[in-house]
Amino acid sequence: MTDGSQEKANGATRWIGTRPVRPDGVDKVTGRARFGADVHLPNMLVGKVLRSPHAHARLKSIDTTRARSLPGVKAVVTRDDFEDLPSEFVPAGEMLVNYRDIVRNVMAREKVLYEGHPVAAVAAVGERAAKEALDLIEVGYEVLPHVMDVEEAMAPDAPLLHEDMITAGVEPAPETPSNVAKVVEFGHGDVEAGFAEADVMVEREFRTRPVHQGYIEPHSCVASFSEDGQAELWCTTQGHFIVRGHCAKLLGMEVSRLRVTASEIGGGFGGKTVVYLEPLALMLSRKSGNPVKMTMSREEVFRASGPAPGTCIRVRVGVRRDGRITAGEAELKYQAGAFQGSPVQLGCMCAFAPYDLENVKVTGYDVVANRPKATAYRAPGAPQSEFAVESVIDELAKAIGMDPVALRLKNAAKEGTRAAYGPTFGPVGLVETLEAAGAHEHYRARLAPGQGRGVASGFWFNIGGETCANLNLGEDGTIALVAGTPDIGGSRAALCLQAAEALGVDVETIRPLIADTSSLGYTFLTGGSRTAFASGMAVIEASKDMIGQLCERAAKIWDIPVDAVEWVEGEARPAGANAGEFESLPLADLAGLAGKTGGPIVGRAQINAQGAGPSFGTHVVDVDVDRETGRVEILRYTVIQDAGKAVHPDYVEGQMQGGAVQGIGWALNEEYVYDENGRLENPGFLDYRIPVCSDVPMIDTVIVEVPNPTHPYGVRGVGETPIIPPMAAIANAVEGALGIRFTDLPMSPPRVLKALDEARLPEAAD
Amino acid sequence: MARVIFTGSFRRYAGGEAEAEVEAANVRDLLAKLGERYPALAPHLDDGVALAIDGKIHQDALFSPIGPDSDVHLIPRIAGG
Repeated sequence: MTDGSQEKANGATRWIGTRPVRPDGVDKVTGRARFGADVHLPNMLVGKVLRSPHAHARLKSIDTTRARSLPGVKAVVTRDDFEDLPSEFVPAGEMLVNYRDIVRNVMAREKVLYEGHPVAAVAAVGERAAKEALDLIEVGYEVLPHVMDVEEAMAPDAPLLHEDMITAGVEPAPETPSNVAKVVEFGHGDVEAGFAEADVMVEREFRTRPVHQGYIEPHSCVASFSEDGQAELWCTTQGHFIVRGHCAKLLGMEVSRLRVTASEIGGGFGGKTVVYLEPLALMLSRKSGNPVKMTMSREEVFRASGPAPGTCIRVRVGVRRDGRITAGEAELKYQAGAFQGSPVQLGCMCAFAPYDLENVKVTGYDVVANRPKATAYRAPGAPQSEFAVESVIDELAKAIGMDPVALRLKNAAKEGTRAAYGPTFGPVGLVETLEAAGAHEHYRARLAPGQGRGVASGFWFNIGGETCANLNLGEDGTIALVAGTPDIGGSRAALCLQAAEALGVDVETIRPLIADTSSLGYTFLTGGSRTAFASGMAVIEASKDMIGQLCERAAKIWDIPVDAVEWVEGEARPAGANAGEFESLPLADLAGLAGKTGGPIVGRAQINAQGAGPSFGTHVVDVDVDRETGRVEILRYTVIQDAGKAVHPDYVEGQMQGGAVQGIGWALNEEYVYDENGRLENPGFLDYRIPVCSDVPMIDTVIVEVPNPTHPYGVRGVGETPIIPPMAAIANAVEGALGIRFTDLPMSPPRVLKALDEARLPEAAD
Repeated sequence: MARVIFTGSFRRYAGGEAEAEVEAANVRDLLAKLGERYPALAPHLDDGVALAIDGKIHQDALFSPIGPDSDVHLIPRIAGG
């Protein structure tokens, strides 16, 4: 028996690379798609959260007596309802999690650590009663000094968030606590020797502000606990198996007693890989005996769900006049928010990843502060560090009079390069993206006076992980594709295409769905740009499993050995003249005969996908700057990225465009504004300004395809890399337009005006 | 024997050694031997690390084979959004 999937890795494909209509499209444009808040159950209660008004305070008392006696209130939960869990880091999928921190983040215990930290939650018959009940909860706070920014938090006299936090990664271990949770180091070679060889050296310090993932759909869930201790949960999430694991732990349940269904998702970008409301809704449902729905307001999303961390980054890079980089060094300080675990390690690993360096050293600091716990946001940690490095690279190119693409090409990481974080790269496509950028008409187009052009590259690892998939063959030959990774970026289409390719059938015969946690084996979340790769690998394996069964059935029908059957273009055929002469059996015929030839046919796969291929990208952007208002206008933007193989190019281009747009927001406008008491002043999309259509031009895309040798069709993840280069590309373009190097983000109109004023002052003095 | 390369923080936990030769058939075997040889490294291995074996990253893959001439790098677990 043979199948055709492997042979197509480097050859012509029928479905991979095509652009069929998305399988979830009609439901979404007609309003049928059910998002997190669209689940309604009989006798459902409304759950609401009482949140801390203080950035840092000791919880002296919580009195819920009056709230519980309010008519319509069915349950109230506080810290006393959740068992305390010991401090212990345990692997949970890709992440190390500390349940001591998670239980404290979903419901404050000894202290509140940020404005918006949950203190209590109620379930009532309606929204009004729930809100009234919140007002009746009496909380005694002892307000403590707070600290918001990373450098202030690292100061010796800074207020301590966790009095028992001893910095890890330092020897000897400090004797006194601090807000620095961990110090990490990466690198190889001798940076000082490398700097001694440099003709030009640039050292700069950069600051980036926390930014929110900006998903349009707020967090929402419905929980329903039954009297026998079993529960169901519907929620908007990137990983319902992760939600199941966390909730079961926090509620002391066996995972098999909790069934979690992921709704359609209105954006996640990493921010929906954790739990906030879900354990509270389950506990309220357990106590009340009713289903409970909880939905965050936009304000709550901003005040209490995780941003990407703000940072302070110092970078030093040396280069010879011939363009060879001799050494790179960086120090990264990342805000973790209220609990440790910023993505500083990843930021360190990515900072110099685009470059082939003999001497490199990166040190990272994970620092807690009185803000919501930082959460993953597309390529967590990388946009900040690569913004800093790519800005310095641009400055070096100017200093030695070299084209910035040429400088990058001269030092670009390629197959065989020892990455700055250690391993040696396999086949990667940075050189190809740089060459495509240099050859693109955009890069050579003439700029008007006063406009600027910037270039920057970016790197992201991508991951694989635990993944299951089933292919259920219907009696008419159509197929239900069952996956466990919520579809946030078009994965259902990408998985159907890979199954159709492997099976040799029409993609329209495959209907995808995302199974709940009881209907499919454990599957890690949608994140790390893993789904098209890892779920794709699982779907291909499930296809092979199904093909094996189909060939066995054909062999039985023809009464020949199964080795004498081959699967070609969606049908079983005798493998060569010696097998005998039989009319081929298409999939639909075998499906119709399945009941009589051995029973239903289901292709299954359960894998731990390894060998995800890294993705590099290069962005080119043109800007104009209004010298009177300080507004930076994006005139033209081109994203070039290695996708390995674009399964559904529309979606790949969409990821590239979406990442660029989010990066534009990060670069130009997005920032949290806190008052002196640590209270957020702009918790809404009017004042926290993400880009809208009128802010951006059409984002042009160029897909480069350097196949990932691990995947049968060469697929690499594409979702995270495109958010990495925009900040540096835009800063480099603004520098080209104004001659002013911005090292603080965002480059918002007030900051640009201030910089222009400061630049004019010397002129005025002259 | 496989060559294990220590960089950054892992080098410090390995007593400053830049690399070590370890005979190991798979990831589980390698991690056990590294933990025995470098006690300060052991807790970090227990926390969960990823291994780059000949440039290909393996995470949560105890039985991934390691060749006699493989180059192995210890790196932190890789996450994503």
